[in-house]
Amino acid sequence: MISYVLPEFLVMRDENRCIQCQVCVRQCANDVHYLDEKDGKVKADDAKCVNCQRCVTFCPTHALTIIPNPQEFKANANWTKKAITEVQKQAESGAVILTSMGNPQEYPIYWDKIVLNASQVTNPSIDPLREPMELKTYLGRKPDKLEFDEKGRLITKLTPQLVLNVPIMFSAMSFGSISLNACESLARAATELGIYYNTGEGGLHSSLYRYGKNTIAQVASGRFGVHANYLNAGAALEIKIGQGAKPGIGGHLPGEKVGAEVSATRMIPEGSDAISPAPHHDIYSIEDLRQLIYALKEATNYTKPVSVKIAAVHNVAAIASGIARAGADIIAIDGFRGGTGAAPLRIRDNVGIPIEMAIAAVDTRLKEEGIRHQVSVVAAGSIRNSADIIKAIALGADAVYIATSALIAIGCHMCQKCNTGKCNWGIATQDPQLVKRLNPNIGARRLVNLVTAWEHEIKEMLGGMGINSIESLRGNREMLRGVGLTQKELDILGIKAAGE
Amino acid sequence: MKVIDANGIHYQQLNALIKQTAASGEDDIRVLNVRGQRYIGDGMRGDATITVEGVPGNDMAAFMDGPTIVVKGNAQDAVGNTMNEGKVMIHGHAGDTVGYAMRGGTIFIRDDVGYRVGIHMKEYEDKVPAIVIGGKAGDFFGEYMAGGILILLGMGLYPDEPIVGNYCGTGMHGGVIYIRGQVDKYRLGKEADVRPIDDKDQKVLGMYVEQFADHFGYDAEDILSGTFTKLIPFGKRPYGKLYS
Ligand code: SF4
Ligand code: SF4
Repeated sequence: MISYVLPEFLVMRDENRCIQCQVCVRQCANDVHYLDEKDGKVKADDAKCVNCQRCVTFCPTHALTIIPNPQEFKANANWTKKAITEVQKQAESGAVILTSMGNPQEYPIYWDKIVLNASQVTNPSIDPLREPMELKTYLGRKPDKLEFDEKGRLITKLTPQLVLNVPIMFSAMSFGSISLNACESLARAATELGIYYNTGEGGLHSSLYRYGKNTIAQVASGRFGVHANYLNAGAALEIKIGQGAKPGIGGHLPGEKVGAEVSATRMIPEGSDAISPAPHHDIYSIEDLRQLIYALKEATNYTKPVSVKIAAVHNVAAIASGIARAGADIIAIDGFRGGTGAAPLRIRDNVGIPIEMAIAAVDTRLKEEGIRHQVSVVAAGSIRNSADIIKAIALGADAVYIATSALIAIGCHMCQKCNTGKCNWGIATQDPQLVKRLNPNIGARRLVNLVTAWEHEIKEMLGGMGINSIESLRGNREMLRGVGLTQKELDILGIKAAGE
Repeated sequence: MKVIDANGIHYQQLNALIKQTAASGEDDIRVLNVRGQRYIGDGMRGDATITVEGVPGNDMAAFMDGPTIVVKGNAQDAVGNTMNEGKVMIHGHAGDTVGYAMRGGTIFIRDDVGYRVGIHMKEYEDKVPAIVIGGKAGDFFGEYMAGGILILLGMGLYPDEPIVGNYCGTGMHGGVIYIRGQVDKYRLGKEADVRPIDDKDQKVLGMYVEQFADHFGYDAEDILSGTFTKLIPFGKRPYGKLYS
């Protein structure tokens, strides 16, 4: 069958600059560039290009540019190029279109419609360079009240907490969906920063146990690599119910990505598919969720907080209330822009709700019910910069999870082709030749740099508002105003309009 | 031997007590008057034997990694959830999702089990878990099974009573299911393939059925004299062509 699908990108080679060095041929795992034996020139098969910009970055003479294919269909606001191409693809394959990373569609980005306050004249701003500024964050259940004995010593038994130097953690990414060098970059950076990274549902590689103090170990429906050592290896456990990129859908690591190391870590035979069913088949209710939460607490003798991660969906506030009552110490909520290593395109682009709305709704609901202190809320699903973090916390989150921005820090160029396993940047791949391209020392350094930079910015913005502790920002929606939002949106976000 | 009276104790206290007792080196622990306390043996390592008199609650032997649990009575749901190693023997019935994602060890159940038993069982290298059930099983038996052995003996059925519910082996992509007698085709998931029993299967069946018969006082030869249906997955990649 001749394919009707045109190349998505064109590879533009400036022949005046190209020195025929073939770096691009060696760098591209998609076999786009090749040496034409006939005339000894480097050429390109545009159809295979995913615009990951590896060749562009490594070309010593900057001879390469990748451009979107300018070929258009007859103008049609309804039948867009994307819509037509997708029909063509499915008519050729008969298959569900698989993609990766987060929802790229043009839904409103509420972060960009919320502005922050700053002190003027009254309530002077604080200069974080010269005055103390507290970003330390404790995640976990807080007691209803504190009791002291007659000597003033605390007698209330506190439940275990995660202590973060900055309210940022690296979100769940499994070994299998990303490379070991990527996992190691995250683990080392988390350790150096005094924060946490999350194993995802792929078990914990033996070389990463030493970062246990800064590890959150995830338990998902497939239970890959979950055993007593794993449960006890980390500082906290997380039950994965859902993921923002694909709410209601399970995970599926194809057999070709299950090589020796992934196989040993997940404890499944090499080459077999790792299928995580969509639901946990032991969880059909909040009571059942409670059962698993306490099964994990029992297994670890109540020494670790247990988090429950859900995708932000329509009734997220009621669900979060149930999760809090089920005994979770932390609720992680993943908005519909959250990334993934692989998801069906229709699900990624059409299911779930924005994280901004979800945080506000959950925080409001838990406060109304008087149980906000019983659980910490971690927001995820496209946190792009430090301002997004400030806004998330002011809307009611305790901390945020970042994943896509962390991957961009270590080299991801957002080509959205993680599912193919051919990531030229050594991140979403298990090919040893490609994995080698990511040096965990450099990866960790870049991550530490990113979070450190954001930490400074958070302090500056806090200082500007006249606040010297992140605690005082949490749920402090008075610091936020909406621009260009409807009254209903403002109501859900619980913020006033700019000028009010 | 150490006896623990579970009468009126909350599971948290009971399990702490059992763990303490095992940690002190005691390897024969008898727990009396168990009435629904959950998580017995949860996350426990070592090689103690815990005998439970009464009805243990859900998630017994969850994440367990070594010990043996003998239940003198029925058990409830999620016995052996994500169990890694050890042995469970139930002198009665067990509920739903027995052996969920179990990776090692063996579970013997004298009578019937509920839905979704053996769901997502796995195996890895020398770890090949097995569940042997004396009676019948509900729907979704061996769903998403990725490894291990399920043996269903169907003893004590009424005439024409089905041995297994619907969707048996649906989503199966590893492991093997042995069912005594015949199973109606319509009860099988589309990923499960019926195969003849060979010598290797006979050996496996012989080994587990003998242990089963030993525990519960049956005659192994008697059980093994019947025919068995063997189910294995059509492929390791049930959904390989679904995505592009
Ligand atoms: S896939 Fe990446 S490396 Fe290959 S040609 Fe395209 S941009 Fe260059
Ligand atoms: S991780 Fe790699 S494959 Fe995935 S979007 Fe980034 S560059 Fe592309």
